[in-house]
Amino acid sequence: MTNLSISGRAAIVGLGATEFSKNSGRTELRLALEATLEALRDAGIDPSEVEGFSSYSVDKVPEYEIARLLGCKDVKFFSQVPHGGGAACAPVMHAAMAVATGVAKVVVVYRAMNERSWYRFGSGSYGFASTPIFENVNYGWYMPHGFHTPAAWVGMFAQRYMHTYGATSEDFGRVAVAARDFAASNPKAFFHGKPITLQEHQASRWICEPLHLLDCCQESDGAVAMVITSAERARDLRQTPVTIKAGSQGITSGQQSMTSFYRDDITGLPEMGVVARELYRQSGLGPQDLQTAVIYDHFTPFVLPQLEEFGFVRRGEAKEFIREGHHARGGKLPINTHGGQLGEAYIHGMNGIAEAVRQVRGTAVNQVADVANVLVTAGTGVPTSGLILGTA
Amino acid sequence: MADPQLLSSVRTLVGRQYGRVYAWDAVNAPMIRQWCEIMGVDNPLYTDAAYAADGPHGGLVAPPAMLQVWTMEGLHANNYPPGSTDQNPYEVLKLIEEYGYASVVAVNSELSFTRPVYLGERLYYTTRLESVGDEKTTGLGTGFFVTLVMSHFVEKPEGDEPVGELLFRVFKFRPASARTAAQAPIENEPAKAKRPLPGVSDDTRFFWEGCAEGKLLIQRCSACATLRHPPAPVCTHCHSFEWDSVQASGRGSLYSFVVMHYPEVAPFDHPNPIGLIELEEGVRLIAGLTGVQRDGLRIGQQLQVEFQTFDEQLALPLFRPVGE
Repeated sequence: MTNLSISGRAAIVGLGATEFSKNSGRTELRLALEATLEALRDAGIDPSEVEGFSSYSVDKVPEYEIARLLGCKDVKFFSQVPHGGGAACAPVMHAAMAVATGVAKVVVVYRAMNERSWYRFGSGSYGFASTPIFENVNYGWYMPHGFHTPAAWVGMFAQRYMHTYGATSEDFGRVAVAARDFAASNPKAFFHGKPITLQEHQASRWICEPLHLLDCCQESDGAVAMVITSAERARDLRQTPVTIKAGSQGITSGQQSMTSFYRDDITGLPEMGVVARELYRQSGLGPQDLQTAVIYDHFTPFVLPQLEEFGFVRRGEAKEFIREGHHARGGKLPINTHGGQLGEAYIHGMNGIAEAVRQVRGTAVNQVADVANVLVTAGTGVPTSGLILGTA
Repeated sequence: MADPQLLSSVRTLVGRQYGRVYAWDAVNAPMIRQWCEIMGVDNPLYTDAAYAADGPHGGLVAPPAMLQVWTMEGLHANNYPPGSTDQNPYEVLKLIEEYGYASVVAVNSELSFTRPVYLGERLYYTTRLESVGDEKTTGLGTGFFVTLVMSHFVEKPEGDEPVGELLFRVFKFRPASARTAAQAPIENEPAKAKRPLPGVSDDTRFFWEGCAEGKLLIQRCSACATLRHPPAPVCTHCHSFEWDSVQASGRGSLYSFVVMHYPEVAPFDHPNPIGLIELEEGVRLIAGLTGVQRDGLRIGQQLQVEFQTFDEQLALPLFRPVGE
């Protein structure tokens, strides 16, 4: 019988990244090529073998230019997944689907951006105009009031979550403190050697109440790329194969992009619930089978409901989990061991997938013992995605 | 971002002392009497010699708030008594201005007094550039808070005596409307920033037209009467494309909120409180909050809509807390 699942059919076999900084000093195209060539070298696969590409919005480096510069000849699959950070895990899923179905034997997944030095997502000025295309009409409910930053949109959910479950700004702070602790011992992290205390978190200035500065991730320049091929071929390559055990995207009822304020309840992330159920279904795994996780942390408050959607804790109880330090170094489920986007860099989630790869390979700088399976999630508050990666 | 060259030049000036500016006249009764008349001060300690003789100072003293008056230049600009410095304690403002921060506004003037000033005493002051803050953005614009301290003394053969200080703080800035034009050259004075206009479609036009008439309208499915916001072309409940609208009472409760501080984007005021309001009809909408106290917001509080027109073209619903 034909195996129709993507689980276990493809593996991440190469990993490349540039340094992470506030000003790369070179083009996004160059960053993408540096990361891609390093990933192919890491895999031991010749660039001419690449048959597919996937990235996600708003990557401005087109796959055809990468293909041209790599010298690719038979590119049969390419996709760019919408919804920014929410898409972060989806290119790996798409690549696994392309490999599992035989459309493309080798796929490069990449994300390159000068998000700090060339443009910034949190500027509050996005050039929305009044022509009646959907996006303008939709953001027309928010922009005229000056309700125009991701921090503000997340803050609206966070305030209600705090009110409903009794979580506090300090609970959000504990997420940041743990991330910065991991970053402090990660030489690749922007905040290497710079841990923070909970007091420093509380004293940091308001960005948008209830979010302090230290609830918000960095903005960064950099690129990450990886190479995906079949599980069979992965066994013969030089790196420990990192098997793609499950991948899913998620949209559910009442879905909007950052502004799903009209659902009966706004304290959860039900689209992440869709992803969670599908990841567990495909992989046959449950929360108890995951030794570590990369939980998307553009803003600390959304880490809590993600822990709930994936069943690590019951609804509303993530705060206790975090107060007990289970998310931190030495905890039951250390998360974001690279330092997260709060501590390492904001490469739109792709650097988190890279950390999951290193955890499975056993080469992470803050390595968790006996890692068999790692969960990775993508951006929250938007149509989203997730992965479970593991040992073969 | 402030120019590093500017920051460096400013830093070298901070702490600088500027020379003396002398008073034209010794402290004298006629000027005190005229000042008291003009200011409406009728305290006899300043004007009634007999009364003052029995008072706490044993004679007439000048009103403390007159401290600055004694050393003023008079009718003609920069006409200071002989011996006064020709240094300009405001040179830092000229320096900052050269980098495009053309506007200035006084923000603090604080007098403090060491002792009374007596008839016959002669004053002078010196100025110190106390501080220049980091570049800040306020509702007015982006610039620097510059603080000067003028220390006033009375000349005495045995050593001059301090009598009081004036702390004077100004904000030297590039106006907010200029700032939003990003890197546009200053000489091309950009238009004042306006609130972004919403995209208006066939599905949503009724809402904005309602706002212009001071009405808060909610879309209603003609088939199943389900209310919905934001408006859409089709009912999420029964998928009917037929709809009309009903006027909301405008009463609602605060379902959630944020207070926006950063980045400060013109033309919005900061902090900028924004609410997710649950209307009593059952639907929610996002709107600015008005008339709210700092730290006075709480989920569940009652609100009432009001309409405000911005830039003579955009009518928006805003919500104000009401008594319960």
